[in-house]
Amino acid sequence: MGDEMLTLSGGLLEKMASSTGFRFDLIGEYMPLFLKGTLYTIGISLFSIFIGLILGLFIGLGELIRNKLLSFPFKAYVAFIRGTPFFVQILIVHFGVIPIFLGTTNGVVAGIVALSLNSAAYIAEIFRAGIQSIDRGQMEAARSLGMTHAQAMRYVILPQAFKRMIPPLGNEFITLIKESSLTAVIAVPEIMYWARAFNGEYYRVWEPYLMAAVIYFILTFTLSYLLSHLEKRLATDDQS
Amino acid sequence: MIRVENLKKSFGNNEVLKDISLTIKPQEVVVVIGPSGSGKSTFLRCLNLLETITDGKIYIEGVDITDKKTDINKIRAEVGMVFQQFNLFPHKTVLENIILAPMKVKKMDRETAVKKARELLRKVGLSEKENCYPDSLSGGQKQRVAIARALAMEPKIMLFDEPTSALDPEMVGEVLEVMKQLAKEGMTMVVVTHEMGFAREVGDRVIFMDGGYIVEENTPEELFNNPQHERTKLFLSKVL
Repeated sequence: MGDEMLTLSGGLLEKMASSTGFRFDLIGEYMPLFLKGTLYTIGISLFSIFIGLILGLFIGLGELIRNKLLSFPFKAYVAFIRGTPFFVQILIVHFGVIPIFLGTTNGVVAGIVALSLNSAAYIAEIFRAGIQSIDRGQMEAARSLGMTHAQAMRYVILPQAFKRMIPPLGNEFITLIKESSLTAVIAVPEIMYWARAFNGEYYRVWEPYLMAAVIYFILTFTLSYLLSHLEKRLATDDQS
Repeated sequence: MIRVENLKKSFGNNEVLKDISLTIKPQEVVVVIGPSGSGKSTFLRCLNLLETITDGKIYIEGVDITDKKTDINKIRAEVGMVFQQFNLFPHKTVLENIILAPMKVKKMDRETAVKKARELLRKVGLSEKENCYPDSLSGGQKQRVAIARALAMEPKIMLFDEPTSALDPEMVGEVLEVMKQLAKEGMTMVVVTHEMGFAREVGDRVIFMDGGYIVEENTPEELFNNPQHERTKLFLSKVL
């Protein structure tokens, strides 16, 4: 079956294959699985960044509470997540947290939960820094006009902060896509899961892992291209 | 209209306002002068509780604003404030800057708010700038927009915190002109400033502050021509 592919794709591949031993035929065989895995990677990343954004906003706002007792849990959460390896977090969520709620564990659910909880902490820091980067005078001006704290946040502070948050949030999204590869260890059928299966089945190294690297690179490169586009558009949208 | 009784304010161990008592009558223009660090800006910021006060009472139109039960947002809506650094909202156009608070705080409909804003822009001589963003305005123009923004809430009292200190010299005049006009219309004003000419010409009463106390208060003629205290004389000899 592999030989058919080679003759189809012509002499060049055949030469490369024979001189380097690189098995394009095996990549062809695994292609449908890689594509399925790519959809999983995109899916869990989108879910996780969405949940992470919502959680992160609340945690970030929680960190900004003046009362030290009230802000402590939020700060502790961020410190814990940032201070422990994501690998450990995945295993805790997969084998510890999810079974408590579902009775049994589920790789995809555990993967999304772990990625969301992890990115929420980093996103919270981005929100906190973004909000704090806005000049104090903006809040004072809004309050002096009679706005409540919530109104000032919503109409004055957050719109300005969001714009500054877009580049770091983009970085976080890219990091999240890459980190999602670790969910392979809890059998989430994403890109790395199939790469490892490939490796296990044929004892090949370069084919599966280079393939995985190329797919991840295409994903993150496309994303960073889109983000830089978005940044430029927002920059010209209004002049501030 | 405003009555201040034994106001004290400390930042940590640093007592900035030591014992301030003052009454301001309706339509009065009170100018506060004094060396930097004398507490005059802090005093002004206490009048709309941008600073939480340490001790004492402040009544605005008979309402004790230091009482925890007082809705401070309602008070602030009636006390306009103009800042040294303008604090315009950079993500909003001139017009949007002005209509934001009337729409959100007073629940004014957009049409009415825009009509009112255009009137105010005409008054401060910036009708043609309504769709500009603050970044494209000069300092003097920014400050005039900031005045219009505060006036849009139809305040009963206007507080000015060194409104011309951040301006290039050639722009001071246009801002003072707007303030003079406002005083002529009978607005109650408290102005912290280094513009002695303005104090002399527009002020009904001048207050000299130093070291957290009101050292001397009098009509502009008396205070400038015939200062009673050594510290007042020393200060005036430096600035006049």
